[in-house]
Amino acid sequence: MSAAINTSVSSNNRARIATVWLSGCAGCHMSFLDQDEKIVDLAKKIQVVYGPLVDAKEFPENVEVTLVEGSVANEEQLEVLKDIREKTRVLIAFGDCAVTGNVTALRNSWENSDKEVLERAYKSPEDLQAAVPNMVPKLLIKTRPLHEIVKVDFYIPGCPPSADLINYVLTELLAGKIPNMEGKAKYG
Amino acid sequence: MAENFMITLKIDGVQISVPEGTTILKAAKDNGILIPTLCDLEGLTPYGGCRLCLVEVTGSPKLFTACTTPANPGMDVTTNSERLKNYRKIAVQMLMSERVHMCAVCVANDHCELQALANQLGVNHVAFERHFTREPIDSSHDFLVIDRNRCILCTRCVRVCDKIEGVHTLDLKKRSKNTEVIMDLDEAWGDSCSCTGCRKCAKVCPVGAIYIEGEAMSQTKNPDVAEFITARRNRK
Repeated sequence: MSAAINTSVSSNNRARIATVWLSGCAGCHMSFLDQDEKIVDLAKKIQVVYGPLVDAKEFPENVEVTLVEGSVANEEQLEVLKDIREKTRVLIAFGDCAVTGNVTALRNSWENSDKEVLERAYKSPEDLQAAVPNMVPKLLIKTRPLHEIVKVDFYIPGCPPSADLINYVLTELLAGKIPNMEGKAKYG
Repeated sequence: MAENFMITLKIDGVQISVPEGTTILKAAKDNGILIPTLCDLEGLTPYGGCRLCLVEVTGSPKLFTACTTPANPGMDVTTNSERLKNYRKIAVQMLMSERVHMCAVCVANDHCELQALANQLGVNHVAFERHFTREPIDSSHDFLVIDRNRCILCTRCVRVCDKIEGVHTLDLKKRSKNTEVIMDLDEAWGDSCSCTGCRKCAKVCPVGAIYIEGEAMSQTKNPDVAEFITARRNRK
């Protein structure tokens, strides 16, 4: 992993950071926002160029760090993730869903889990107008963690990762160091 | 004679004297050197299944499980090299990939030895593709439940049932990754005529595979129970 974060490409000398929300509950984003006063210091060093917290429509070029929350569960997310990988220097699997699949991957125990999960959700016998929606991206047969699709540079497990841990990892990366995760991260 | 005959060996560069017959694991532990374990439990017969306690012995190219290897005079043991750390991380990843280990939705979240080890060793992801098993949960017993999807086959429950409770309700069937913990002759737990409902299997389970319905894990877990009962039994 290239740990040295390049700050030269951004106009105001701040590292260009993006956050992405795939198949997850947004809890990791909530934890990101939960950094309390530490987020003020962090904000002086970063510029959030894409993500649910800002208004950019397209994923920009030359992003230094992208935090990807959630797993890859459908065809759209598969494309999105590959595109992000090309445009990002340091890609971080952000939270348990991105790292392990977590809750979103529990359906993987069923063989045709894409069909099974939709039928279970939309075609239960008590539902009078049962119909599986066809306007949304097609589910993949199995939900995958990020590193099974693209190269991941760093992992932050946790459901969600604690605000302090997120702050620690970003602060270390911005200082050009590789964070030491032994005994710091916590699954679940 | 064996009781009092002391031998001396070196663990992580420290000279240590222990009674003959002591395992490397026990010798290290009694001298403040902690070797990670999952299947081992004081009071139960050593099993050597989880491979987390692997140590290096100078002069031998192969690794030894500290829980089953007796300390020998003059041994020079290393418990925490980079090579061992790496192997332990791989062992934890293999355990996590074999069945469904999703901490956030597990009854043992925060009370799980596998989860704690993964955190402690910095296993920040599982490099192997995960197997998603779909074993039915057996909740036929009045209060004991087994979810084999979370089982790591450490056999602590089998050994505590046999050696401490003296009943041997639990045992294994099949082989390799298809191995399963069964009750009596592979019956539903509720139909088992030998199970005394002593709960010790749930107390020693390092993960969330065996649990007690309606009881918090913080109440259930008590792996020291095996050592405690053994010590009392041996008291003359």
